Amino acid sequence: MSDALLRLEGVSSGYGQSRILWDVDFALPRGKATALIGRNGVGKSTLLSTIMGLRPLISGRVLFDGRDISRLSTHQRARAGIALVPQGRHVFPFLTVEENLLSGLAARRDGRRTIPGFIFDLFPKLDAIRHRKGGLLSGGEQQQLAIGRALAGDPRLLLLDEPTEGIQPNVVAQIEDALRHVRSEMGMTILVVEQYLDFAWRLADLYAAMQCGRIVRSGDTGTETADTVAHLVHI
Amino acid sequence: MDSVALFLPQLFNGLSVASLYLLAAVGLALSFGLMRVINMAHGEMLMLGGYLAWLTLMVVPGAFGILLALPVAFLGTAAIGALVHMGLIRRLADRPLDTLLATWGLSLILQQAARDLFGAIGVEVRAPDWLAGSISLGDVVIPSARLMIIVMTLLVLGGIALMLNRSRIGLDIRAVNQDRMMASATGINVRKVELTVFCAGAGVAGLAGVLLALLGPVTPNAGQVYIVPAFLVVVMGGLGSLTGTSMAALILGLFSALAQIFFDVSIAQMLMLVLVILFLQIRPQGVVAVRSRALDV
Repeated sequence: MSDALLRLEGVSSGYGQSRILWDVDFALPRGKATALIGRNGVGKSTLLSTIMGLRPLISGRVLFDGRDISRLSTHQRARAGIALVPQGRHVFPFLTVEENLLSGLAARRDGRRTIPGFIFDLFPKLDAIRHRKGGLLSGGEQQQLAIGRALAGDPRLLLLDEPTEGIQPNVVAQIEDALRHVRSEMGMTILVVEQYLDFAWRLADLYAAMQCGRIVRSGDTGTETADTVAHLVHI
Repeated sequence: MDSVALFLPQLFNGLSVASLYLLAAVGLALSFGLMRVINMAHGEMLMLGGYLAWLTLMVVPGAFGILLALPVAFLGTAAIGALVHMGLIRRLADRPLDTLLATWGLSLILQQAARDLFGAIGVEVRAPDWLAGSISLGDVVIPSARLMIIVMTLLVLGGIALMLNRSRIGLDIRAVNQDRMMASATGINVRKVELTVFCAGAGVAGLAGVLLALLGPVTPNAGQVYIVPAFLVVVMGGLGSLTGTSMAALILGLFSALAQIFFDVSIAQMLMLVLVILFLQIRPQGVVAVRSRALDV
């Protein structure tokens, strides 16, 4: 499949001696949103970390836009166009909202030094609290900030780890709208790890289900219901 | 003798000592905050700065050689800092004990090298005439060299604060300091940031070395005299905070100078140690508590 933006070939990865991912083959089609689902501890977050270069490869290759990025460091992968919204959000606690967003510009290749306006269009709340410290925000505000910071780097691939975890429903809806916008209007490719299957199915075009460090099933969210897939992969 | 006339000059001495402590400590504090690295060879950057000042004045004697010595010492020690970081610190990342030993070894090597090259007695940097005199304010006579030390320190401190709060590299430094993993995931080159901070810290210590040379001869052990108080300043300041480091330097510098009115130098040094111990009993987190990388987990 030549239209894959990201491709994993036989990827194994883990923490020290303990292997979490086993020989994963996986491709993300350009401009589509893919939901990565599975029970706790099957390796979903490790897969995102491995793509981002935060976990070393034990074997296999990671190809981004046809280029082997397996040996690139994390910041080089960010600059190549991969952005991560990690679990727990990881906003910089003592930087203001504005500074957090500015930090995201480090990944850009066009040298832009100001925050793109569309981020405040997507999350108007961030504009109102731009001088507040990241550590003082509510969970929902931090999640919007973490997504905004990722988008500030003008990525082509957006990785999100449980973006709805602990977030109130109206903010979840806002995040969903924002992600749908960057996918449809800006052509961004999205990989989202999500426990909340309703959200995953509303947002994603495709799904991939993991069990025991392997991708065991993948398909189209339009043709299979969340319930069926959940039943098949024991979520 | 009038007690004010005794007290005020000593207060002023205290401020200049505090300034030197601060310049010596700032690099230690920043690299500890960012990398959790304890660089035992940091004192030798002061020593090297002093010798670089001496060398500069050999080449460019005259009234303003000392002003040229400042950038020469800054850049020279920053370059040596770069070599130390790339050759030693980076290779021993996440091995704090090995880093401690290796940098201690480096400190001994640098001291011996200075002894072989420049002799054990030390060299004299003669302050130019415009710095050799003093300024009188009423009854109080302020040596110009000490005034220069205080002014330079304020300039350096202001420069660092501006850099940290107003520049892109400053933003990157703060981001790495707060969340290293996330900083690299946002595209910040963490290694480059660490190298920059380490070099800048070494450079500032080099500047301190030039100023130190205005007060006395530069000896191979010059760094050792200041490194212990500098470590005390870093610990008391709260490990990695610029504000805390500045305040701790001020407290210890003034304390040490004022104690020397009543006691001899050794007793004053000992009392300073007692002060730090007592202070940390009451406030173990230091003057300003920073949430550090070690506490993030």
